[in-house]
Amino acid sequence: MKTNNVILRAVVKLVVFIILTLAVYLFLSGHHSPGGGFIGGLVVAAALVLLFVSFDIETVRGAIPFDFKKVAALGAFISVTTGFGSLLFGEPFLSQTFAYFDLPFFGETELTTVTIFEAGVALVVVGVVVTIILSIVEDV
Amino acid sequence: MNNLVVLPMVIPVLAGILFVFFRNQIKLQRWISFIVMIGNIGIAAYLLHLNQIAGIQRIDFSGWMPPFGISFVADSFALILVLLTSLVAAICLIYAFSSIGEAREKMYFYSFVNFLVAGVNGSFLTGDLFNLYVCFEIMLLASYVLIALGGEKVQLRESIKYVLINVLSSWFFLVAIAYLYGAIGTLNMAHISERIAESGQTPLLTVISIVFLTVFALKAGLLLYFWLPGSYSIAPTAVAALFGALLTKVGIYAMIRVFTLFFYHDPSITHTFITVLAALTLIGGSIGAVAYKDIRLIVTYNVVIAVGFILVGLAVATPEALEGSIYYLMHDMIVKALLFLLAGTMISVTGTTRIDEMSGLIRNYPLLGWMFFIVMLSLAGVPPLSGFIGKVLVGQGTIETGSYILLALAFLSSIFVLYSLLRVFLQCFWGETIISSEDEIPMKNGWMIPCAILTIGTIVLGLGAEFIFPYVSDAANTLLNPSDYIDAVLTQD
Repeated sequence: MKTNNVILRAVVKLVVFIILTLAVYLFLSGHHSPGGGFIGGLVVAAALVLLFVSFDIETVRGAIPFDFKKVAALGAFISVTTGFGSLLFGEPFLSQTFAYFDLPFFGETELTTVTIFEAGVALVVVGVVVTIILSIVEDV
Repeated sequence: MNNLVVLPMVIPVLAGILFVFFRNQIKLQRWISFIVMIGNIGIAAYLLHLNQIAGIQRIDFSGWMPPFGISFVADSFALILVLLTSLVAAICLIYAFSSIGEAREKMYFYSFVNFLVAGVNGSFLTGDLFNLYVCFEIMLLASYVLIALGGEKVQLRESIKYVLINVLSSWFFLVAIAYLYGAIGTLNMAHISERIAESGQTPLLTVISIVFLTVFALKAGLLLYFWLPGSYSIAPTAVAALFGALLTKVGIYAMIRVFTLFFYHDPSITHTFITVLAALTLIGGSIGAVAYKDIRLIVTYNVVIAVGFILVGLAVATPEALEGSIYYLMHDMIVKALLFLLAGTMISVTGTTRIDEMSGLIRNYPLLGWMFFIVMLSLAGVPPLSGFIGKVLVGQGTIETGSYILLALAFLSSIFVLYSLLRVFLQCFWGETIISSEDEIPMKNGWMIPCAILTIGTIVLGLGAEFIFPYVSDAANTLLNPSDYIDAVLTQD
C-alpha cells in the first residue's frame, strides 16, 4: 500500500530549512554560549534523517550525493589537523587563538581557530549519525 | 612543554583517518602504517633519551595548566612501553602484509591497527585518569573491530563475549573513576596522588582501590582471564600477536601506575589482594597451558602466566622486583608477539591447530623450528635470553620480602611454561614428517622475516641488558618515588 504523505512532504520541505538555520545558529553561538559543533552537527543530522524518513533513500541520496563515512573522516581530519596547527607556532598541541576583525557588512567580528575545530566535530557528528541510521535502515 | 609527547598517539590517529579516503590503495596504506610505527619508535627513543638528561617530559593540551587541563606525561616507564608497542606493531604489520588478505585490508584493517596503537600509546602516556579511560576505549573499540573483522561464525561467537565483558569492565572503570572523583575531587593523576598522600589512604579510598583492581584485573587477565583464551585464539595471526603482546599489557600498566602512584599507603590490604590474585593466576595459567592440545590455547594460556608473573613484582614492590617487572614486561611484549606469530605460521603451514596432528615440521621448515626453540628457552628464562633477567630480579625481590610461596609459584610456573612449549616442540617439530616435499607449502619471507626480527630482539634484549638497565632502573625509581612524578606534572614551566 502506498501511503499518501503529501502533507508530510510539503511541511518537511519547509521545516528542513528552519532546522538547518537553527543548526547554523547553534554552531556559531557555541563559542560563548550553549551550542557548538556537536549540537550543531546533531541538528543537521536530524534534518537529514527527517528527509530520509519523509522521502525515500534513493531520492535523498541523489540530492545529497555524499559518502557520509567520508564526511565523518573529513571532519575528524580537520579537527586533528587544527591541533597540529599550533605546533607550527611552538605552542602546546590543540592551542587555539582568536582575534577581532572589521569585516564589511558584519562589523567587528570575532574570528577564532576553534571554529575550524568545531566545524570538524560537526562534520564527524553528521557523518557518523547518518551512517548509523542508514546502516540500520538497510539491515531491515 | 614538549609537543613530541603527544605524537605517538596523534600520528596513528591521523594515519587511520587518512586511510578512509584511500580505501583501495592498499600498498599506500601498508607503507604509511609501517612508516608511522617506525616514526613512533624514533620519537619514543628520543624522548626516553631526553628523559635521562632533562627529566620527565609533559605537554598540557591547549596550554591549560594541570590539574585543570589534560596533560600527557612521559616518564621512562611509559616511554619504554610506547617504544616496545611501536616496535611490536611494526613487526606485526610486516606479518600482516602477507597474511591478512585483501578482503580485510579493504575493510579498513590498517585504520583500525593504527587506532589500536593510538589507544595503547595514549593509555601509556596520559596523565589524567579520565583520559586513561578514553584511551582504553579507543583501544577497545579498535580491538572489537579487529576481532570481528572477517565475520566467520566462530569470530562472532567469541567477539560477542569479548565485547560484553569489556563493556562491563569499562562501566566498572567509569564507576571507579566517579567514586574517586567524589572522594578526592580531582582527576589529574599527580594531583590525586598528592591529595591521597595529604589526607591519608582512608578505608573508603582502599575500597575504591579494590574497584580499580577489579577493573584492571579484567582488562589484564589477572585471575579474571576467562574471556581471554577464547577471544585471542580466534583472531587472525597478526591480530592475535598484536593482542597478545599489547592489550593485556595496558591493563598491567594501569595497575602498576595506580598502585604505585595512588594507593601505595596501605599495602597490607591492596598488595595482599594483588599477591593472592597473582598467585591464583599463575596456578590457573599453568594448568591451562598444559591442559590443551590446541596450540592457540596453549599460547594464550602462556599470556595468562606472564600476567601473573609480572604482577608478582608489583605485589612485593621492592625496587628490584619492580625493575624485574618492567624488564619482564618488555621481554614479554617481544616474546609473546613472536610466540603468536610462530604458532600462527605453524597452523598456516599444516592446516591444523591440534598439536597431535602435527609432526616433524623441523625437516620441512628448519628455521621455524629453531626460532620456536629459542622462544621456548627465552620464555622459560634460560640465560642469556631476555626472560632471564626479569625472572632473576623478581625472584630477588620475593626473597628480600620473604614471600617464599610467591617465589615458589613464580618459578614453578616457569617450569610449566617450559613443559607446555617443550611438549609442542617435541610433538610438532620432532618425529616423522607428515608433509611430503610435494605438498609442502613454501615458507613466505613475509612470515619468516618478522619472526626473525623478534628472535633477534629477544637475544639483544638479553645480551644488551647492561645497556638497557639505566632506563629500566630510572623507570622503577619514578614508580617508587611518586614525588618525582608529581613534581614533574604540577610545577609550572
